[in-house]
Amino acid sequence: MPGTAKDSPTSASWRTALWVAVLMVLVAGAIFAAFASIQYRWNWSGFWLNRGLFLEGWLTTLGIGTGSLVVCLVAGFGLMLGSRAPSEPLRLACKGWITLVRSTPLLVQLLIGYYVVANALRINEPIVVGMLLLGLFEAAYLAEIFRGALESIGRSQREAARAVGFNTVQMYRHVLIPQAVRRALPGTTGELVSLIKNSSLLSVLGIEEVTQITRLINSRSYTALEGFIPLALAYLAITLPLTWLAQGLERRFAYET
Amino acid sequence: MKLEAQSVVQAFGTQRALDGATFRTETDARVVALLGPSGGGKSTLLRVLGCLLVPQSGRVQMDGEELPHDETGALAARRTNGFVFQGYNLFPHLTALENVALPLRVVHGVAPEQAEARAREMLNRLGLIGHEHKRPAELSGGQQQRAAIARALAPKPRLLLLDEPTSALDPVMTGEVLDVVRELAENGQQIVLATHEVSFAKRVADWVIFLAQGRVQESCVAAEFFESPKTELARQYLEGLARYR
Repeated sequence: MPGTAKDSPTSASWRTALWVAVLMVLVAGAIFAAFASIQYRWNWSGFWLNRGLFLEGWLTTLGIGTGSLVVCLVAGFGLMLGSRAPSEPLRLACKGWITLVRSTPLLVQLLIGYYVVANALRINEPIVVGMLLLGLFEAAYLAEIFRGALESIGRSQREAARAVGFNTVQMYRHVLIPQAVRRALPGTTGELVSLIKNSSLLSVLGIEEVTQITRLINSRSYTALEGFIPLALAYLAITLPLTWLAQGLERRFAYET
Repeated sequence: MKLEAQSVVQAFGTQRALDGATFRTETDARVVALLGPSGGGKSTLLRVLGCLLVPQSGRVQMDGEELPHDETGALAARRTNGFVFQGYNLFPHLTALENVALPLRVVHGVAPEQAEARAREMLNRLGLIGHEHKRPAELSGGQQQRAAIARALAPKPRLLLLDEPTSALDPVMTGEVLDVVRELAENGQQIVLATHEVSFAKRVADWVIFLAQGRVQESCVAAEFFESPKTELARQYLEGLARYR
C-alpha cells in the first residue's frame, strides 16, 4: 500500500513526484559534473544545422521499430504455437530456429539475411528486409517468454476448461491466453524496448536510421559527442511511451490469483 | 443411471491409478458415491465416468451406452456433464458471473443476455447474490465452491460429477456446500460424488462404489454397504473415519 494511514492519496502522489524530481536533478547533476571534470567544450551549432536530417532519421527508426514490433509479436506467437505443436517436425523446426536465432549475433543475422538470403531471393528493399530480420530476431525471444507464461498456468485450469466443454481453440482463447498475457507482459515490454534500440544495427544494411544519421552529423560538424545526447533522448521518446503503454496494459490485466 | 465398467485400466507413468476396475450398479441409482482411501482411484474413476479421461483399456457403459474412446466423442459427452473439483478451479481472471456465463455462451451457444440472466439465476440460487462481480480470489473457499457448482449446473447437465468438493474447506463451509449437494440430490439431479464425508454419503447416496488400490472392492446399495461392509478394507476404512466422530 502506498502511503501510510494518515496520508491522503494526493499527498502520497505529491511526495512521489517530489522524489522523482529530486532523483532526476541528482542524475543530471552527476552527468554535468562528469562532462565538466573532463572540460568538454560543447559545440551545438553543427547539430542544430542538421536538425532536419536528425528528425528524418528518427522517423525512419520509428517506422522500422513499429513495423518490426508487429512482425515480432505475430512471429513470436506463431513460433510459440509451433514449438508446442503436435507435429514433431514442426516442433523441432521451431525449437531449432529459436535456439539458432537466440545463440547468434544479430549483426551476423542481418548481414547474411540481407546480403545472402534477400539477395538470392532478388529482394532489394533494405528497409523491408531490415524490418523483417529485426522482427524475426526478437520473435525468438518473445516465443520463449510466451511459452514460459503459458506453461506456468496450472494443469487444473486446463482440466477445468475441458470440463466446461471448451475445445482446444476455445481453451486457448478464453482460459489460457488471457491468463498468459498478464504473466508475459513485463518480459515482453523489455524485449520490445530492446528491439527499438537494436534497430541501430540496421545501419550495416545502409539504412539511414537515427544512430547512423547521428554519426554522420557528428563527423560533418567535427564534433565528438554532441549528437549522442539528442540521440539518447530520441530513443527515450519512443521507448518511454512504449513502457507506459505496457504498464497501462499490466494494470488492465491485473487481478489477484 | 446405470453404470457398468469392465477391467478399466488407467496408468500415469508406472503408477496404475485404476488397475482393472470392474463394477455394475444393479439398481437405477440417482446418487452414486465413490468412497475409499486417498490414492485408491476415486478421482481417476470419476474422470473416466465424466469423459475427462479416456482409459487406456477397458470399457465403461452409462445407461447401456458405451462411453466414447475418441476425443471428439468425449468432448461431446463432457458438454452434457457438469464437473466440480476439489480445488474449485474457477477461472481466476473472470468474475463469478463470467465464470458461469462464458461456457454458456461459448459452448452451449446461449445468447449473451440469456446467458447472463441464467448465470445470475444460478448464483442467486447458490446464495451468491452481491458477489457476481467479484473475482475468485475475493471469495471465500465455500463461496468459490458454490460458484463452481453454479458453473457446472448452469447448462442443466444430465450428470453432475463432484470430486471431493469439500476436502479443501473448513467444517462450516463444508456444511454450506453439502447442503447444496443434498438439495440437488433431493430435487432429482443425477450425481456421482467422490468424497470422504461418509455420514453425508450415507444420507444422500443410493449406491456406493468402494475403491482401494485401483480396484473396485465393493459395489452395492448404499444402506447395505454402511450396514455391513463385506471386505476387510472397507471395514477398516469406515472404522478409521468413525474413530473421531
